[in-house]
Amino acid sequence: MLQLSGIKKRFGTIQVLHGVDLEVNAGEVHALLGENGAGKSTLMKILTGILQPSAGSILIEGQERQFANYDEAIAAGIGIVFQEFSLIPYLDAVENMFLARELRTRFGLLDRKAMRKRAEDILARLEVDVPLDVPIRKLSVAEQQFVEIAKALSLNARILVLDEPTATLTPSEVEHLFKVMRELRRQGVAIIFISHHLEEIFEICDRITVLRDGEYVGDCLVSETDNDRLVEMMVGRRIENSFPEKPSIPQDAPVLLNCQAVQLRRGGPVSDFVLREGEILGFAGLVGSGRTETALALLGAYPAAKCALQVEGEDIRFREPADALARGIGLLPESRKEQGLITSFSILQNISINNYGKYRRGHWFLDLQKERADTETAMQQVRVKAQGPMDRVDTLSGGNQQKVVIARWLNHQMKVLIFDEPTRGIDVGAKAEIYQLMRAFTAQGYAIIMISSELPEVIGMSDRVCVFRQGGIVATVEGTAITSEDIMTHATTGRVRHVA
Amino acid sequence: MSHNTTTAEAGRAGRAFNLRRILHSPLALPLIGLIVVSILMGFASENFFSVSNIMNVLRQVSIVGILAVGMTFVILTGGIDLSVGAVMALSGTLAAGLMVNMAMPGWVGLLAGLGVGVSLGLFNGAMVAWGRMPAIIVTLATMGIARGLGLLYSGGYPISGIPSWISWFGIGRIGIVPVPVIAMVVIYALAWVLLQRTAFGRHVYAIGGNELAAKLSGVKTQFIKLTVYGISGLTSAFAALILTGRLMSGQPNAGVGFELDAIAAVVLGGTAIAGGRGLILGTLIGAVLLGILNNGLNLMGINPYLQDVIKGLIILLAIYIGREW
Repeated sequence: MLQLSGIKKRFGTIQVLHGVDLEVNAGEVHALLGENGAGKSTLMKILTGILQPSAGSILIEGQERQFANYDEAIAAGIGIVFQEFSLIPYLDAVENMFLARELRTRFGLLDRKAMRKRAEDILARLEVDVPLDVPIRKLSVAEQQFVEIAKALSLNARILVLDEPTATLTPSEVEHLFKVMRELRRQGVAIIFISHHLEEIFEICDRITVLRDGEYVGDCLVSETDNDRLVEMMVGRRIENSFPEKPSIPQDAPVLLNCQAVQLRRGGPVSDFVLREGEILGFAGLVGSGRTETALALLGAYPAAKCALQVEGEDIRFREPADALARGIGLLPESRKEQGLITSFSILQNISINNYGKYRRGHWFLDLQKERADTETAMQQVRVKAQGPMDRVDTLSGGNQQKVVIARWLNHQMKVLIFDEPTRGIDVGAKAEIYQLMRAFTAQGYAIIMISSELPEVIGMSDRVCVFRQGGIVATVEGTAITSEDIMTHATTGRVRHVA
Repeated sequence: MSHNTTTAEAGRAGRAFNLRRILHSPLALPLIGLIVVSILMGFASENFFSVSNIMNVLRQVSIVGILAVGMTFVILTGGIDLSVGAVMALSGTLAAGLMVNMAMPGWVGLLAGLGVGVSLGLFNGAMVAWGRMPAIIVTLATMGIARGLGLLYSGGYPISGIPSWISWFGIGRIGIVPVPVIAMVVIYALAWVLLQRTAFGRHVYAIGGNELAAKLSGVKTQFIKLTVYGISGLTSAFAALILTGRLMSGQPNAGVGFELDAIAAVVLGGTAIAGGRGLILGTLIGAVLLGILNNGLNLMGINPYLQDVIKGLIILLAIYIGREW
């Protein structure tokens, strides 16, 4: 039915896909498996015409096809349901399904009856019952997903891509979705199913293709493999030696942060952990497992249902990050452009944004000379490569931008730094520099929480690792137990603790 | 940018690049606009460059000019304040009412007027910062409330009979310079210090540049937002003081549409409507530019209806030229 071979893709100097193959048969549910950043999403964007491959071919029913855009891929019978739905929240299901290709009557008016009839037919084919008269936003996530699937089918999709469809569903909704998928399989639709949950793959899928770091690792029948084999295929054997040596942390090192209970959503799992002076605590887990939200909740930047926190033995709940800063807790956010930097501002303005308290003259006024001198010192400390402090940060490379965000915290009496994906989108050299900086911080007595989706980084840098799944910590590993297999197993199959 | 340009490109684009750099100063275009319009007006009317006419223009500009100071703070954070004209009217009306109807001393009335302005501004700020409502809606509502309260209190009529010394604020002079002009200059100077020389000012820019980044790095974004709307209320009240002094009465109907003039002054001055970029001096230039247009078109005897059309077109043109700085 569908055959992708030798697909390569590069963005600028970064090769993200190194010749990937994928073969899917009609009437088959095919799992696409791999760690975060393995290239699954990029491959699916190429299949759906959103991105163009640098090399390789796409064959549909034996015919070579090239898609210049999404619409051409749809016309060729490919449908995709993204993680983020593309439905208009205020329109109802029928209006959404026929958006931009509404059926018209002879007089050019909307043919509401005909559209409704078609929608009902398709949903009946899925054997689901979705209310058609209420705005989409009032439907459950699962129902919205069915509408997305129905929309794809109304476009005669014979190849359906489901990108992590179960990530936000309850167990009973997942069951319902699987029922729909089985029905579609019976009707001969080829389904590509992306999920991080191995038990789901064993339940629903027929075949599996595994990607790792943009490489094709292999494919196999579900019936001929098991959990451990899959995990090994996903993480592989990698040698990484750009990490500084781990110091030994004394068992009685003072606890800087004692998070007694954090619960992201009411009724969700409750997690706890401690952070000791001088250590790097890794937060591992798949995208959407609640790592970032937990970290933001500590700072008062995410409205968690519950967050009982002790800083150096004192009960505290921060209302906003400014309060956390006052107690020496700072954040290097996940997205440099959206959360870290003010891109149209200079390096100086970005570094001194939370440092003005130090540049006072006559209580109210800024000491511009001191601001500049301190900024230059901070830039040297983290080795920002730029012409000067007045360069705009959007002219810098990713690595240098990240160093600017780090430099912001140097002038404070910090105790805890939260690094969220500190090396995302950064070249190898700058990565090593950031790792060195992190160890330099811990040597000064800081403690670092490092959230990372790169397993080698988690393993190479962390003294202990909290593994997240479905909104909570499912395991904490340390010492020699920090292995890819261990972390991956917890991240894909661990059980979260629910507390009423 | 410059270090990315290859030498070949640099040679070709050298002159254009320099020109762009000059134009890159946010003040360059407003200043060019001001000069061009002044010269045109000078040709059109020989009276234009006389000292008395210049003082006259500045005096006319002063009220909108002062409103535009608060507006600049608000717009720099990425917000907007539609209530400034109505708040000004309410502040002046209540101040006059206290003096005339309640026989309070003049200074009590003036202080109360300032208090009203600041309170309404802080109300706006609280609604935007903690109520998480869009500024355009909050201040639209406040505009209606303030206008309505002023009309209710006064029954729709001007309140006159205030102490005569208050006229000094509106029509007094120090040397040849009208008091409103001096007040305006002082307020701009204070605003400049606040924006360019204090941490508060930097945080105002940071919020407009990227509110989330500012918040996550420890800026008290909600407090700063509260304050900028408070400042806008305060400058509205100062404008009310000058207006009351000039008209020698509290005018519940005054200032209709002034919010739009103030916004126009800010934008003509090169401040990005989305916030984060702009200079208070630009707003002063923008306000004076608007004033000169009004004055010059009057001197030329152009039909007032046509004047509005011309002003609108000039604002559009200016913003078109100045987009994407």
